[in-house]
Amino acid sequence: MGIIQASKLVFEYIRRDEEGNAEGITRAVDEVDLDVKQGEFVAILGHNGSGKSTLAKHINAILYPTEGTVLVDGKDTRDEAHIWEIRQKAGMVFQNPDNQIIGQVVEEDVGFGPENMGVPTKEIWERVEESLKAVGMYEFRKHSPNKLSGGQKQRVSIAGVIAMHPKCIILDEPTAMLDPNGRKEVIRAVRALNQVEHVTILLITHYMEEVIYADRVIVMDQGRVVMQGIPREIFSRVEKLKELRLDVPQVTMLAHELKKKGISLPDGILTTQELAQALMQ
Amino acid sequence: MAIILDHVSHIYEKDTEMAAFALKDVCLTIPDGQFIGLIGHTGSGKSTLVQHLNGLLAPTGGHIYFNGRDIHEDGFDKKELRSKVGLVFQYPEHQLFEVDVFTDVCFGPKNLGLSVKETQLRAFEALRQVGFPEDYFYQSPFDLSGGQKRRVAIAGVLAMKPDVLVLDEPTAGLDPKGRDEILDRIAALKEETGITVVLVSHSMEDIARYVDRIIVMNRGSVLFDDIPKAVFAHYRELESVGLAAPQVTYIMQALREKGLAVRTDATTLEEAQREILRALGRDGK
Repeated sequence: MGIIQASKLVFEYIRRDEEGNAEGITRAVDEVDLDVKQGEFVAILGHNGSGKSTLAKHINAILYPTEGTVLVDGKDTRDEAHIWEIRQKAGMVFQNPDNQIIGQVVEEDVGFGPENMGVPTKEIWERVEESLKAVGMYEFRKHSPNKLSGGQKQRVSIAGVIAMHPKCIILDEPTAMLDPNGRKEVIRAVRALNQVEHVTILLITHYMEEVIYADRVIVMDQGRVVMQGIPREIFSRVEKLKELRLDVPQVTMLAHELKKKGISLPDGILTTQELAQALMQ
Repeated sequence: MAIILDHVSHIYEKDTEMAAFALKDVCLTIPDGQFIGLIGHTGSGKSTLVQHLNGLLAPTGGHIYFNGRDIHEDGFDKKELRSKVGLVFQYPEHQLFEVDVFTDVCFGPKNLGLSVKETQLRAFEALRQVGFPEDYFYQSPFDLSGGQKRRVAIAGVLAMKPDVLVLDEPTAGLDPKGRDEILDRIAALKEETGITVVLVSHSMEDIARYVDRIIVMNRGSVLFDDIPKAVFAHYRELESVGLAAPQVTYIMQALREKGLAVRTDATTLEEAQREILRALGRDGK
């Protein structure tokens, strides 16, 4: 059984005008079925307003389904008795690093989660150490978070989630505010967690290059899942993605354009190395 | 109509133990009509620099001249300066506040003391320039999508009719199509009006595609200041300061290493495509 299972998930909210009168109902998530296996790396793409963040917020019980169900590790998110357990199992990392850090010292910030869970002090320190090592931030443990770069702060946020020993981490555009190096650092840390620690990853992003390592890509539009497959399949459909206001990695786009000019190349080239090899054959 | 930065330094919390250099001896000229890309890692001084351009921050050393006058000398009209050098902050949609889109865009020109008619004409023109659909003029700005909100926020600055438009990461958080739409609009606006644009961005691909000059900041100093091709040729140095070259530059490097005789200085997709076709002997077809 999957770690995250959503079936026929619907989320609706009431739109209100200035005076607070109901104007109508918006369906942000529309009958989504999702089954994520333990250890899987799933990327979610979709334009602004396609419903991806709303979907993500259901997984750690920030939002509850209007219809349908969401199970996290077999527990129904609507069951209030399980809410803390669910939030500990499915940790969330948001876009803005400055909104997620509360501690005055890096290691204190990372220890906040496990401390709140009632983990014994000695074990908290063990968890802080292993979490900071997992994201490559251990040498900064005594630093003030204010002095860190965006990418470093985001990795501290991720460490704070890991310290709660989640089975799954949901990252909602974790690199949107970062410089190129920061983006690389965060994605590298996420991949390492997935491959070494087998943490399930759900990555929401607008950067196409970040999803080429995912096991599976889900594309959302108007609250529905409209495409699903391995990155190579998804990125083979350049025109379809453009229609959905998305893009493909620059190397994929270059291969696509060269192919249109009559160069024989396979579909869905994802890396520079692949393109180089295919062109030199 | 140029902005000149003459040995500008800025120290935060000067004369305290926390004193830290944010800008160190920066000399730059921003002439009319250029499309400039400003890049640098987080904390490199980009935002501090742009806040000096319209006098929001005063240098702790050096001088800033706008049209030949020191902007911090007595009697200099800062209000006028701020309408001439329009600054669009990161996530500008957080600063929308009026009941409808049109009123929000009117706020700037109204504050300049313009007549109602002139204010409205400017708001209308600015919303047209950012490609905002007329049907939504009287909607609450809070009901719009992320991309549309951002257009409204940019229109609010354009309605002041600035000579220089400074945009601090105008595409952060937007989907790929939204990014292209905003940047295409800004490029078209520059063609149409000859406005000077300073674009702060973390996307090397966007920078390579649109600008004619790149200023690279590192630790509060200018590291490079040149045309894109020349700046991205230093991709190793860029990497060492937290930046990178556009993806295509790396693709060309890899192709060359594999033995395809391509020039490696392409910075946009179109250039890369032309160069690969040429190297494969397929350009004539």
